[in-house]
Amino acid sequence: MAAPAQTARAAPGPVVAPVPGPAAAPVPPVVRRAMAWPRRATRTAPARLRTAAVLLTALVLAFGALTAWQAAARARAAGQVVSHSQPLSQNAAEIYRSLADADATAASAFLLAGDAPQAVRDRYHGDLDTAARLLAEAAARAGSSSEAQQWVATLNRQLPQYAGLVETAGADDRQGLPLGGAYLRYASGRMQDTMLPAAQHLAAVEAGRLDGDYRAADSFPWAALALGLLTLVVLVRCQVLLLRRTNRVFNPGLLGASAAVLAALAWLTAGSLSARSGLADSRANGAVPLRTLDQARIEALQSHTAENLDLVARGASGTYTRQWSALTASLAGPPAADGVNGGGRSGGTLARARSGAPGEAAAALAEAQTLFAAWDDRHRTAARSNEQGDYDAALHATVGGTDASAESAFTALDQQLARAATAEQAAFTHSAKGTDGVLDAVAAGSAVLAVLAAAGVLRGLGRRLAEYR
Amino acid sequence: MRSTVARTARLGGVAVLAAWLLGAGGAGGPGAPVRTAVQRPEAVPPQAAPASAGGCEDRTPAPSRSESGPKVQQIKQRGTLIVGVDQNSYHWGYRNPQTGRIEGFDIDLARAVAKALLGDPDKVTYRTVPTAKRMEAVKNGQVDLIARTMTITCERWQEIAFSAPYFASGQRLVVPKAAKVTSLAQGLRGSRACVADQSSSQAVLSPGGNRNPYGTAGIRVVENQLDCLVLMQLGQVDATLTDTALAAAQAAQDPTVEQAGEQIAFAHMGIAMRKEDTDLVARVNQVLVNYRADGGWRASYDHWLAGSMGADPAAYLR
Repeated sequence: MAAPAQTARAAPGPVVAPVPGPAAAPVPPVVRRAMAWPRRATRTAPARLRTAAVLLTALVLAFGALTAWQAAARARAAGQVVSHSQPLSQNAAEIYRSLADADATAASAFLLAGDAPQAVRDRYHGDLDTAARLLAEAAARAGSSSEAQQWVATLNRQLPQYAGLVETAGADDRQGLPLGGAYLRYASGRMQDTMLPAAQHLAAVEAGRLDGDYRAADSFPWAALALGLLTLVVLVRCQVLLLRRTNRVFNPGLLGASAAVLAALAWLTAGSLSARSGLADSRANGAVPLRTLDQARIEALQSHTAENLDLVARGASGTYTRQWSALTASLAGPPAADGVNGGGRSGGTLARARSGAPGEAAAALAEAQTLFAAWDDRHRTAARSNEQGDYDAALHATVGGTDASAESAFTALDQQLARAATAEQAAFTHSAKGTDGVLDAVAAGSAVLAVLAAAGVLRGLGRRLAEYR
Repeated sequence: MRSTVARTARLGGVAVLAAWLLGAGGAGGPGAPVRTAVQRPEAVPPQAAPASAGGCEDRTPAPSRSESGPKVQQIKQRGTLIVGVDQNSYHWGYRNPQTGRIEGFDIDLARAVAKALLGDPDKVTYRTVPTAKRMEAVKNGQVDLIARTMTITCERWQEIAFSAPYFASGQRLVVPKAAKVTSLAQGLRGSRACVADQSSSQAVLSPGGNRNPYGTAGIRVVENQLDCLVLMQLGQVDATLTDTALAAAQAAQDPTVEQAGEQIAFAHMGIAMRKEDTDLVARVNQVLVNYRADGGWRASYDHWLAGSMGADPAAYLR
């Protein structure tokens, strides 16, 4: 009630004087009122108290709101990492792996022809089923990303064509036509030139999205921290001023507000640090090594495909020997110059996957490295037979149903890689699970504490204000 | 000067062939097998060949029964004949998926050589030799000989030796029957053609520069001629130009395609051997003479090739 009267009186007063310069343009009343406000708000002690109460309450509530918002955004991103982008990224990797596995298995089944055991056929069909199922899931969940959708569409279009070509190859082969082998090589060429690159792109898009969610989840909420500290400083300053004016040592309301803000700050810091460390662990022990491991699995599968197709080609093509050399060099490092036996290979994706892997996964990968050496040896034996024209011996050494074949060494290697993948996925889940809960608690807690702090401010300053009435 | 050499070579080739034809006449004797193949109207033998295109067929040593040469002795001591073969040429040299055995017209020939040298047609060690490695395999002695639809050329004669011709060949077009192609030029004009990389067919269709003598709409180059049949079945190419022998092998694998138009780029197929092994070459030439005389050639033709190349092999004996 008093305020408008006061304003009315103050407006025509000499307050306008400090307007500088010769420009004597009439200042609008609104601006004049606004410029006059700071003086008015601090002219008398009660006015100062009232202003302080309003500002402090606003500050405390702003801190609460900012903290809740930043923590909730990070909780959402952390939840996204666990429940959405990591599974999607792993699904994309699994699509990639299934397709490469189907390609290798189709070649094995072709080489074994009528002798192909049920397990080999089941594996091929299982791979196609998995790829089709995961593609449908990816199509349903990829949502906004048109880039991912584009690769999914490519794969959806190609998958049935590929399966048809593989069936034709088998049918021709059963009739004794060499054309069957040409069909299988054509089918595999489609897979390697079109489908696997598309699957790789899809996996890269999903991996990029996972990285984005990680960045959003573990960026530190600096703004909330800064505003919190500012609030705390202002609260303390306010209490010091009150102490000087009133000689009362404690103001319980303001003290409580300070404690609440301090608690919220501590909670925010601790919660963020804990979530960050959980996410960093999940990334270092899960998401990142999984990526290297996925690459190793694909390279192993493609090496196996090249090995099989070399036999399918029956000397019609030198491409596959070159592919084997390039792929295995990437997987396990180039063979030593003098490596006649054992290859003396070192480095490569397998070694990188092992060095970054946690506990059990590292053990599985060490085992995989040993198995690769055996596979490499057996491959060399088979290749030597093939070079000497002993196709049957080469065939037997490669896909023969014995434990001494290259195929069985590869299968054992693949199993160890799968074991490592399971361990790394578990490490991811163990570390990442619950980080969003921690951050959600920070958001809710800081909101409650801010409301409490605001109440403390109003109560503390309200007491002092009451003394003027 | 160059043309003189070429003409001389061509005349020589004709002489060899004439002699060869006389030998082949024996195949019609009492020992000739009954023709079992059904004559297929689309498998009309190509037009009569003019002179040979290779021109170096007469360089091969005269047939000899002598087995005292070092290479023949080496084979006899080893007890097995090492033959470079193909596993992908249907009815010529291919691995029968049912039996796991390598079979075909070229394989029968190798077995005939083994029977003559070692007394047993089964004493053969087959080594698969990719097309691109044939010369190398012969030169470094990995194989004793190569029986693998290999064309005799003067260029190859500079590095290796060949037996007398055992099959007259050339190049032919393979097209879907539905295309109703009657001549090579018609089949190629405006078509998407397919050839194997580094093959003589590739040289015919794109002889260098930007020349396109047959007016094709595009040329798809693949690693193996069989890849062309895959592409043709999938509708990605319209016509394939390849060796007559392999064209027949394609037609044999897919009843909806046919060899169409005339044969071009006449040539002969021979058994390849190391240049130094003249004793073996002479011995193999004698085996070839006997092989034709005793009806072996004809029997093998009837079994493997009559179905896709016509019941009458006269054109291929030239």
